[in-house]
Amino acid sequence: MKKDSYLKRLLTLFLTFLKVGALTFGGGYAMISIIEDEVTRKRKWISEIEILDILAISETTPGPIAVNAATYVGYKVGGVLGSIIATLGLALPSFIIIFVISFFYKDFMQWQIIQAAFKGLKVGVVLLLLNAVMKLRKGVKVNFVGIVLFVIALSVMIITTIFTVSFKYLSLCLILLGIITGIVLTLLGKEGDKE
Amino acid sequence: MIFFELFYTFFLIGLFTFGGGYAMIPMIQEQVVGKGWISSSALTDFIAISEVTPGPFALNISTFVGNTVGSPFGAVCSTLGVILPSLIIIIIVAIVMNKFITNRFVKGALNGVKPIVLALILSTALILLIKILFFNGQSFQSEFSFDKKSLTLLILLFSYTFISKKINKKSVSPICLLGISALLGIIIFSV
Repeated sequence: MKKDSYLKRLLTLFLTFLKVGALTFGGGYAMISIIEDEVTRKRKWISEIEILDILAISETTPGPIAVNAATYVGYKVGGVLGSIIATLGLALPSFIIIFVISFFYKDFMQWQIIQAAFKGLKVGVVLLLLNAVMKLRKGVKVNFVGIVLFVIALSVMIITTIFTVSFKYLSLCLILLGIITGIVLTLLGKEGDKE
Repeated sequence: MIFFELFYTFFLIGLFTFGGGYAMIPMIQEQVVGKGWISSSALTDFIAISEVTPGPFALNISTFVGNTVGSPFGAVCSTLGVILPSLIIIIIVAIVMNKFITNRFVKGALNGVKPIVLALILSTALILLIKILFFNGQSFQSEFSFDKKSLTLLILLFSYTFISKKINKKSVSPICLLGISALLGIIIFSV
């Protein structure tokens, strides 16, 4: 790790993640290459090996992947203050851009052409979500318990929607069900991926 | 108080998001639409906007909802809320590090969560699709009307993603897909 003054580190952290926030679309994986470029190649603050851990940790812990990665790099480079600064840098561009957009949003929506565009975008969002499912599916081990959990969650979500049962904590409870089932299976020694 | 409510709501959402931004959508939908803050149709618009603007999707959508519900300060509260769980958890993980990812209980919990997250995102997509095609984008209780134009668009977009996947050997970028959806939307729904 190269020696730079603490203040300079914090400033660089802030600027690096400002760049990530302003330039990456969709977040998550796209940002890793920018982080690698700034923090590993230019400054040598984090080793090549450690940068690989960032993605693994960001995916494993709860919270948006981009925010997790910023917090982790920030902590490694500048401690707790570093993680706060990095995350704020990441959030600032989103904040400003969305703030400006939401000013125009209502007026914009009055236009016929924009309404037509957004009707198209809604169909686009469906495909985007289906693509995400296809991509995430590759990382899921197919086993009996997994299929049961999947079917339970899917049918609960669809049935409650059909009968317009609204429960604010429904998906949260389903996620908890997944966590608890996973932990119980591990306790019973049936995790299915023994090494 | 609305500001605390925003902070608390997005804190919970951040805490229970696994595997990236899309997994947040069902939770945002239940909380934000359930509380009557935003219509589910507006939320879908926000999702599209959040995806085509720079910055992490999760932060864009939190800012958007916060700003709509409670002005700029509302956006500060929702953004801080969604960030805070990550901040706390990652700092703890960074301290205990190596032991964390290799821990078998963490692995087990993740194995259990993944199929649920998959089902949540899939159900969001299916429900949205049914609303668009048969209920004019409104709830299942509203009047039934079959939307041929949306179906046409869906088929066009589906063939586009399928063909470009076959040709380029990788999936279409979200911006590209949404750009084409907007363009086709203008053509199909204006005539």
